Parts: sequence; C-alpha cells; structure tokens
Amino acid sequence: MTKQVEEKQEVTIVFAGDSGDGIQLTGTQFTNTNALFGNDISTFPNYPAEIRAPQGTLAGVSGFQLKFGSIEVATPGDDCDVLVAMNAAAFKVNIARLKKHGTIIINSDGFNARDLKLAGYETSPLEDKSLNDYRTIQIDVTKMTRTALEDSGLGKKEMDRSRNMFVLGFLYYMYSRKLEGTIEFIKQKFAKKPDLIDANIGVLKAGYHFGDTSEVFTSRYNVKAASLPAGSYRNIMGNQAAALGLIAASQKSGLDLFYGSYPITPASDILHELAKHKNFGVRSFQAEDEIAAMCSVIGASFGGKLGITASSGPGIALKGEAIGLGIMLELPMVIVNVQRGGPSTGLPTKTEQADLLQAYYGRNGEAPMPIVSASTPSDCFNAAYEACRIALEHMTPVFLLSDGYIANGSEPWKFPTTAELPSITPKFVPTNKGEETYLPYKRDENLVRDWAVPGMAGYEHRIGGLEKEVDTGNVSYDPDNHEKMVKIRAEKVAKIADSIPLQIVNNGAEKGDVLLLSWGSTYGVVKTAVKQCNENGLAVGHIHLTYLSPFPKNLGELLKNYTHIIVPEINNGQLVKIIRDQFLVDAKGLNKIKGIPFSTKEIIEAIEQKFEVA
Amino acid sequence: MSEVATKPLTAKDFATDQDVRWCPGCGDYSILKQVQSIMPELGRDKEDIVFISGIGCSSRFPYYMNTYGMHSIHGRATAVASGLKISRPELSVWIITGDGDALSIGGNHLIHMIRRNFDVNVLLFNNEIYGLTKGQYSPTSPEGKVTKSTPIGSLDHPFNPLKLCLGADSTFIARTMDRDPKHQREILLRGSQHVGTSMIEIYQNCNVFNDGAFEVFTDKGSKLQETLFLEQGKPLIFGAEREKAIALDGPNPRIVNLAEANEGDLMIHDETNRFQAQLLTSFFDDPKMEGHLPRPFGVFYAEDRYRYEEAMEEQIAFATDKFGKGNLDKLLSGNNVWTVS
Repeated sequence: MTKQVEEKQEVTIVFAGDSGDGIQLTGTQFTNTNALFGNDISTFPNYPAEIRAPQGTLAGVSGFQLKFGSIEVATPGDDCDVLVAMNAAAFKVNIARLKKHGTIIINSDGFNARDLKLAGYETSPLEDKSLNDYRTIQIDVTKMTRTALEDSGLGKKEMDRSRNMFVLGFLYYMYSRKLEGTIEFIKQKFAKKPDLIDANIGVLKAGYHFGDTSEVFTSRYNVKAASLPAGSYRNIMGNQAAALGLIAASQKSGLDLFYGSYPITPASDILHELAKHKNFGVRSFQAEDEIAAMCSVIGASFGGKLGITASSGPGIALKGEAIGLGIMLELPMVIVNVQRGGPSTGLPTKTEQADLLQAYYGRNGEAPMPIVSASTPSDCFNAAYEACRIALEHMTPVFLLSDGYIANGSEPWKFPTTAELPSITPKFVPTNKGEETYLPYKRDENLVRDWAVPGMAGYEHRIGGLEKEVDTGNVSYDPDNHEKMVKIRAEKVAKIADSIPLQIVNNGAEKGDVLLLSWGSTYGVVKTAVKQCNENGLAVGHIHLTYLSPFPKNLGELLKNYTHIIVPEINNGQLVKIIRDQFLVDAKGLNKIKGIPFSTKEIIEAIEQKFEVA
Repeated sequence: MSEVATKPLTAKDFATDQDVRWCPGCGDYSILKQVQSIMPELGRDKEDIVFISGIGCSSRFPYYMNTYGMHSIHGRATAVASGLKISRPELSVWIITGDGDALSIGGNHLIHMIRRNFDVNVLLFNNEIYGLTKGQYSPTSPEGKVTKSTPIGSLDHPFNPLKLCLGADSTFIARTMDRDPKHQREILLRGSQHVGTSMIEIYQNCNVFNDGAFEVFTDKGSKLQETLFLEQGKPLIFGAEREKAIALDGPNPRIVNLAEANEGDLMIHDETNRFQAQLLTSFFDDPKMEGHLPRPFGVFYAEDRYRYEEAMEEQIAFATDKFGKGNLDKLLSGNNVWTVS
C-alpha cells in the first residue's frame, strides 16, 4: 500500500521513557540520520542525575527533544509535534509540551497498573478524556519486540532492551528516512556480540515495517533537506566540538596538548573525547582531584605545553587557588567550565549560566582573566580554539564557559579545514639566547611577557605565587611595586580587547526600542525570538557576546543605540550586573532558573511587554 | 643542551644571587648546601633541572637554586610536578616540601604521585612543626605536643611518613638528617639515581619553634645509641661500641647483644625486601620509651617499577602506530559528512 507523503517544514519530537530505556541513544540515532539527510537540527537531551533512578517513576524519566527542519533551526523547539512516551511517567512529565492536535506515540505496555501507580495516576490517561485533543498511536512495543525476536534465543530481559529500536524504526518510516545509518551503528556497537546485531536490526526493521503495513497512518511525512550555506557538514555535540577545538589549537600552535581533569558532569565527555586522540600527541591525565587537575596543568604549561583543564562549577571552585597561581605566573592555560545548576552539587544534569560571576571574581585578590563563551554546540569548537589562542598569545589563563545544554546538544556543523584556521603564535623567547640577561617579567607593548621553558639554556629562572618585582620577577613586598603589578595584570587582560573582533549586532535592528543582550547557550532561542518580533514589525536588536572579559571595545557605543536593554540569562542576573557596572546603563534582567533553557515564547513575551509599557 | 664545551659545573654554579632568608641556624641551610653540592654529579645541564616547591619555610628552596624552578601553592608541588613530568619526561625534577605541605594539606597528591611512580625526587623536610606560620603542631608532631595551637597538648596521633609512603607502594624510601652532611649527601645521590619517585625524609631542626626535636638522633652523646644506619647486605648494628644488633624473634624484631647473638637470627638489611621494609618503617618508637628500637636511617626500600610518564609515551607511540599520526582535517570531518552545494 502506497501512502501519501506530506511535506513538513519543521518537526519537534520528544522521546521520553525510563532512564534505562535507551532514550538518549534513540534520540541521537534519529538526530544523526536526519543530519546526514541534510536537515538543520537542534537537540536537547534531558535526563536524571541518577544512572538508574527507580524504574517507572517520575524522577527516572529521561527525555530527548529535537527539532529538525528544512528551514533554519536554532532551538530544539518550545512545544513538540510528536511525543513518544514509553511509560506512564514519561507521559505525565511531558504531555504538557505536546501541541494541541499533536501526535502521541504510546507504548501501551508501559501503562499497566503498576506504571500508573508509580506515575501517580488514579485512572489510566489512555482511557479517560486526556487524549482527546491529540492523535494517539498506541502500540504494545514490548509485545511487538518480543514477537520479532521469537526465534532469537534471547531471554525476555535481553529482548526488551531492543524496544527502543522498534520505536526508532517506526519513526523512520513515519518520516520517510532510511535505516542504513543506524544499521551501520548497530553493527559497530555490537561488533563483539553478533546475536545482538541481528536482534537490534531485526527489531528496527520490524518497527519500520509495522509503520508500513499497519493502518496507523494514512500519510507519511517528509522534511526536506535544509538550504544551509554551501559546504561540508557533520553533526556534532558541544563537548565533542570543544575537544576538537582544543586539539586544533594544539596542532596549529605546534604545542602538544596536556589535558588534566577530574570526572564531573557535564564536562567528562571532553576527557573521553580527548583520551581517544593520543595519536595527536594528546596527554590526557585523570588526576586524583580537581585541585591536582589544575595544578598538573600549571606544571604542563610551565613545561611549555598547551595545558587545559575542564570541570563544572563545584570543581572550578576547588581550582580557584591554583587558577590564581596561573594568573600570578602569567602562564598560558585554558580552564573550561561546562556549567550546571548550582550552588554546591545543585542540579548536575541540568543547565545553568550561573558561574559567570565565579569566572569573573571567584579568586582571592585582584585576579583578572579573560573569559570566552560558546553559543551553540558547534560554536564550542570556535570558542575553545579562541580561548587557546588568547592564552598562548597573551600568556594568561583563560576561562571558556559552556553549559550542560550546549555540551550535550548537537547540531549540523560546517567544519573548517586546517588551512582555514587562524594561526596561533606562542610567545617563546628566541632559542639562541643573546648576551642580555633574561628578565622573566619584562613585557612587550601588549604587556605580555616572554615564555622560557625548562630545557632552554641560559634562561633558567624561578617563578612563584609571591608578588613579583616588575621585570625581574624576583619576590618583592614593596608597596608601590605591588600596586604597579596589580595594575599591569589588569591592563594586560584589558588590552586583549585590541586583538578580538569588534562586536556586531548579530540579529535584527541596528538601532531601536529594545536590545536583547545575551551570552552563551541562549543564542539560538534569542535569535529565533528576535526574528519573530522583527517579522511582527518590532524594532528589536540582538547582540550576542562571545567575549565576556574583556568586552569588545565598541560594546558601550552599541548599547547606546537602544532605549531598553534586556539581558536574558539562565541565572538570577549576572551579566546584567557587569553591564550595569561597566557601562552605567539601565539594563534589565530576564531570568529563568529552572535548569532548562528559555522557550522562544518566554523571550517574545518579555520583548512585547517592553513595547506595551512604551 | 648547550653545544659549547664548558668547564664542569660546580656547586657554586647552582647558587643564585638571592639572599637566603631562613632563620640563622636553620637546618635548611645544610640541606641547601648538600643539594647544591650533588647537582654537578647528576650529569645534567642546569636548564634540564627543575625544582618545585609548595608553601612553607622549606619551599623557599627553589629561589636559591640556579635551575628552573617554581614556588607553587600549599601542598600542590607534587601535583604541579606530575603535570610537568608527563609533559616533559626527560627533565630532572625535584620536589621540595615539608611535613605540613606534603602530609597535611598535600597528603592526597603525595600518595597519588607515589603510586604513579613518576621519576622525581622528593625531599621532605620534616621538622615536626609549622614554622612559617610561627609554631603550630604539624601532622608529624608527637602526641601531646604543646604548641601555640595546642596549649594543653596535641590530640593528634602523628603520621609515620615513610610507612605512609610505603603504604602507597612507594618504590624508594629513605631517611637522613640535616646534621649528618655526609650521610645526607650519600642518600641524596642514591635518590637521584633511582628511576621512579624517590621519597627522602630529612629530619630537619627548626631552631626557633621546635629546637631539638631530633636531638636524640643527631647529638653526639646519644646518636650511636639511638640510630641505626642501614647498609645493604649487612646486619643491623648500632650502639656506642657497635655492640648491639637487631634479631628476628619470629616476626618481631628485638635488640640483641651482637657478641652473644646467634648469627642466623640477625636481621640482614635487604632494601629489595618489601616485608622487611615494612618492618623497618615500624621502628618508630618514642625514644623515651623503655626498650624502644633505634630509629633507622638510610635506604629502607628500592624497587624498579614502571613510571607513569614512560607508560604515557608508550601509549602515544602505540596509538600513533595503530592509527597513524593524527590528521586534523580527518578529525574535523569525522566519518559522516554531507555536502550542501
């Protein structure tokens, strides 16, 4: 039976189930297949902190949201068109996000009496009026999977592990996608367990054929390839992009990469990625704690390598004293903070932008350092590369701020070639030392000192955390010298503004009533909201900051072009404080502190409110 | 690395122009002198030697060594050195630390560095007191120690540093003292020759805040009675007239009169024997105690075990061999590329 194919511009799907249901894998596979097909995509994995939270409970629900389209996709979407719910708890947690008349695909086996009780339902939502507004497709996925695997010789438990493949196959049919990519993935993943290859591929195909032969659909859907700028693309997640950016900087600067870190959510994937690439000379070191990770980086940088560490808020707090040493030593190094909800242990698997002030001020004494932030999953590459460039060319520790949302999210990436990447020139002393005495803290016009590393004859010198005399670097307690050095270190960081691009108005009106001033992972949602407001005739501009310290030199001028400045942040108001402090403008915060990103709607409402008041 | 043939280095070549700022009479002076004196014997160029310290009186040390050096932060010299050694395995790296720096605030890094067995030399200046902060008890101060922070006596049971290191699978542990330059020099040289983490505990007198803490071991009148200088392959003999020895009574050591002892019962020093080393680290009695064992000095234990940084180099070579030298363009493109024209 041939079904009609209906074109869609964009579709948002939420996969939801128990944290053991393979939801993240299903979402990732669906994403990769659509990316390879040529759709623009944005994803948002949302899972509990517990590896295996109690089965069937609301706390144990794992979700994966993605939006794919034939038009530009900058966010994973507010509400979804399709909800896949593997059990009653997953249904309960996510049903509010389903659009009216949206489609819900339900695993009916996940709605038995026990599931309903765990989810807190008195009566089954499948049997009352809860689903009246939606198009419901009920499938007993467990039964279908077991039937497909009848002759496999696998036990029930093992069979049930393939249930996610049935759903994936079903969706591939629904959206007219091919199975090849996922089949290849299954073959690689289970290379050592051939019976699981057959089982998973079998169930994937069974799901696909079920879509074809059952009378569930009268039509299939297609989302055409997006008209992205010409070039070669791949799909990439934020943490992976950050790791590649670090390796690229290592290769372009000619310095081996040393990566010292301690496992922490959501930064660990950077360590996992880097550890795979030892053939690039990457020395990845899992230290005994966060402090050791930071200190090992200082040792590596002292030794002339590109020293990098990454962590999240709690780990960054532990590294604080050593980062201060890095600032005092004026050695190049990059500290990546993949932010998560805080304070303390906070919300490990949820996103937040609440460590900006920690990056700015979270050290003892006057300890300024440059801060760069990443805007999207693929932008983690650019930001990581740029952080390394600034560190090596300006002899300073640099903060790179990412967050859980973009670290785990993914999108198509028009990747650069090696030749296209800007050069990075470390500030080494000349190999052949002349007659002149080497002064470790003598500076160039940018106040940057020269880098001499062990092994270089004639440059032997001692550095440390005690205040240093200007030029010589000898220990000095002289009051005037201390004041001078504090000012020099601050001015050195401020002068980096000379080597970074001027700020542009990223989207919308160059002048007007309202400016949205954002940073980090809010880029996509603010861009989408501003675009919609512009289409509705509102004079709204959008400036998105990559460089948070120092700011681009023209930022103050740009801010003067708008009557109202709104600073949207996933925190209780941090950038807004710094903007008000540095530019004396009446910027107002728009804040959300729920561990999840803004929706487009929330941003638009805030903009419209300004216009109503005006 | 210098290509020009120069005259051999001397101890003076390793001194800097900085004024040494330890208190007059401090045991650190003796250690600085011995370290400078053995430097030419390493056979390394000055630029290939690095001294790294934490915080404390002893940690000023790198400023006085004309090599590369870093005065880092409290307790972290070991962690800094770990990163340096992974990055630059060929360097001769020396860690200068004290009892507070290494065993209190830096205890975690110390044991982890030891188990990884980086090829570094650790000089642990043990003076059983916090000197730089003006006289609080340290993790090696004896029970009941009266200090500024413990006016009625310390409640802490002290660490036995070498036992702690051996517990972390140290591959080289030795003890020496500031007041015996000849022995100190010998042990420093032995440590520098050991490939792996060389843990050298140096009893060092703080004449301002803890004067005489080790007097019983260093003073001429009691030294021969109270100390046991270990010599490989020889019985453990001590005493004013070298008349006493250690014999084994089952698993337990006891002091015997050498002349009357059965030769077969005598404990013979074997620095390759881990069990014996464990026994020797337990010779840690309070010298005021009746029937106490003498305190051993010398090399307790030495073992050859793989070094983390060498294994890291091997992994890099293995990965490069298996996957080819990294190609950045291939890495950036990945395996699933699509083209938009």
